[in-house]
Amino acid sequence: MAVKKFVVGCFDDEAVLFPAVKNVRKAGYKMHDVYTPFPIHGLDHAMGLRDTSLHTAGFIYGITGTTTALSFISWVFTKDWELNIGGKPHFALPAWIPIMFELTVLFAAVGMVLTFCYLCQLAPFVKKHHFHPRATDDLFVMTIELTAKSNEVEIINFLNSVGAKEVHVQEAETGWWLGRYDNDSKPFDNMIREEHSATA
Amino acid sequence: MSFALKEQFQVTSRYKMWSYILMGIGLVSLLVGFFMYGAGHDAHHKARFWSSLLHNSVYFLLVVNASMFFVCVTTLAWGGWQMSFRRVPEAISTAVIPLGIISLIVLVCLVATDPHIYHWLHPHGDKLLEGKSAFLNSGFFYTWTILSIGLWTILGIKMRKLSRELDETPITSVAEGKKYIFKNTIWAAIFIVWFALTVASTVPWLWLMSIDAHWYSTMYSWYTFASSFVSGMSLIALFVVYLKNKGYLEVVSEEHLHDLGKFMFAFSVFWTYLWFSQYMLIWYANIPEETVYFLPRVKGPYKYIFFLNLIINFLAPLLILMRRSSKRNYTTITIMAVVIIFGHWLDFYQMVFPGNFKDHVELNLFDFGIAAGFVGIILFATGRALSKNALYAKNHPFFKESVIHHT
Repeated sequence: MAVKKFVVGCFDDEAVLFPAVKNVRKAGYKMHDVYTPFPIHGLDHAMGLRDTSLHTAGFIYGITGTTTALSFISWVFTKDWELNIGGKPHFALPAWIPIMFELTVLFAAVGMVLTFCYLCQLAPFVKKHHFHPRATDDLFVMTIELTAKSNEVEIINFLNSVGAKEVHVQEAETGWWLGRYDNDSKPFDNMIREEHSATA
Repeated sequence: MSFALKEQFQVTSRYKMWSYILMGIGLVSLLVGFFMYGAGHDAHHKARFWSSLLHNSVYFLLVVNASMFFVCVTTLAWGGWQMSFRRVPEAISTAVIPLGIISLIVLVCLVATDPHIYHWLHPHGDKLLEGKSAFLNSGFFYTWTILSIGLWTILGIKMRKLSRELDETPITSVAEGKKYIFKNTIWAAIFIVWFALTVASTVPWLWLMSIDAHWYSTMYSWYTFASSFVSGMSLIALFVVYLKNKGYLEVVSEEHLHDLGKFMFAFSVFWTYLWFSQYMLIWYANIPEETVYFLPRVKGPYKYIFFLNLIINFLAPLLILMRRSSKRNYTTITIMAVVIIFGHWLDFYQMVFPGNFKDHVELNLFDFGIAAGFVGIILFATGRALSKNALYAKNHPFFKESVIHHT
């Protein structure tokens, strides 16, 4: 997918990071993400991210599993291949509940893992861009996407003023699927400029 | 803390009036029930009277005792999140004293005057009961009942005293704080061990399972424990919501409510797991000695209560409390807490009654009246305990952790 240009600001203190996130949002810059070595309570709220709908997906996968188990097993034992097991009725619901439960868990678990990978753009052989290696160690790394409307120098100064310890500019790919990697190698705003010059 | 907390709860006259009204209803029901059922010579009526007392006293005693279990478990685990409302379960657990005395009287009467509830009192000629008589005999029953209720009360008093200790004399050094936490941990651990030996094993066997003396289930005690714990958590949630409504417990937020809701949700599912495990194994094996317990309950006159029980205690909490937003909603939590407490009351009903009343269900105003009386006692005791001490254990080392709690 597209290569975009980012301003990367590194913070070493939660107490500085939170007001910085607030100020960046207030200033209207397009925040790409904040990378932290560990989960920080309330950061998602500060960034204005909505609650994940992963659990809703999980519920739907779960009831799909329940329905699959119940409909299949009841079809097998009442229509397709009726077995007399210890004189129990063919429709032996209590005996099936553990299986229904297990299929519920299986569907929900596998479905949620795959959905999670899709939402986080993770897949086998996909390389993810790391904005800063210390984001996995001791730095909170905030990335702001440069758009056609925003000014690089202005954002760098802004991040310095809100307490970033280190600020630099990077170009990174934001897409994720196999084979789409080397197609575009130019930053987003360059492409815009090129399109402009091509039409002019 | 930079702002003043409302630390002193005052019992409103309305609250007091309601606790008196409910206790009055209970007393009237007791008297009416005694003359209608208990005083006569009809064995069936007598058993009806005492069964209702057994059902209600044991249920409500286990529910309020679950509060002390919650306090001790969180203390033992060094939990901090519950500290801002810890005085609420502490206050509820003071009701163990009146309810313990009432239960003790009821249980002793059940064995001493023998209104035909416990058939194991006459084991002669019955091979199964004779075999069980080393455990099911009146001497052991008395000893264990007195020990159980006595130690719950004494250890509960000790835990509450430890909690109040810091109100007047705050901790001044880290070493002192560590010593305090250690002391708490030890006492909480002693309570938990005793709780495990009683509520999680022998007490439900003696008090409830022995009604169906020929039958036994190794799941039974856990099942009873799950019932009483989930109702206990609901009761704590109810009082927390009440105090929030009255403007107390300012530092308790929906984060804490969310965690209480999680307990109500999780232990409803846990209860169902035990309920189902007990049911399915017996259903599958289909051995007459075992199925005799479920026959009046599933196929007999109790079937509506039996399946209603499953809907109220499993389906409703599962579907309604599943969403995050419903666990953070005061109205939903209040409604579900009432539903769960009623549901498990019904669950205890179908544990106590079918053993002696196989032919038809006699659930009527008498049972509800007695239940109202017990609710009144709980309201009265809890309100009194809440107003006697500060609402916050604010000098506890973990208090701040609870104030900034975030799920």
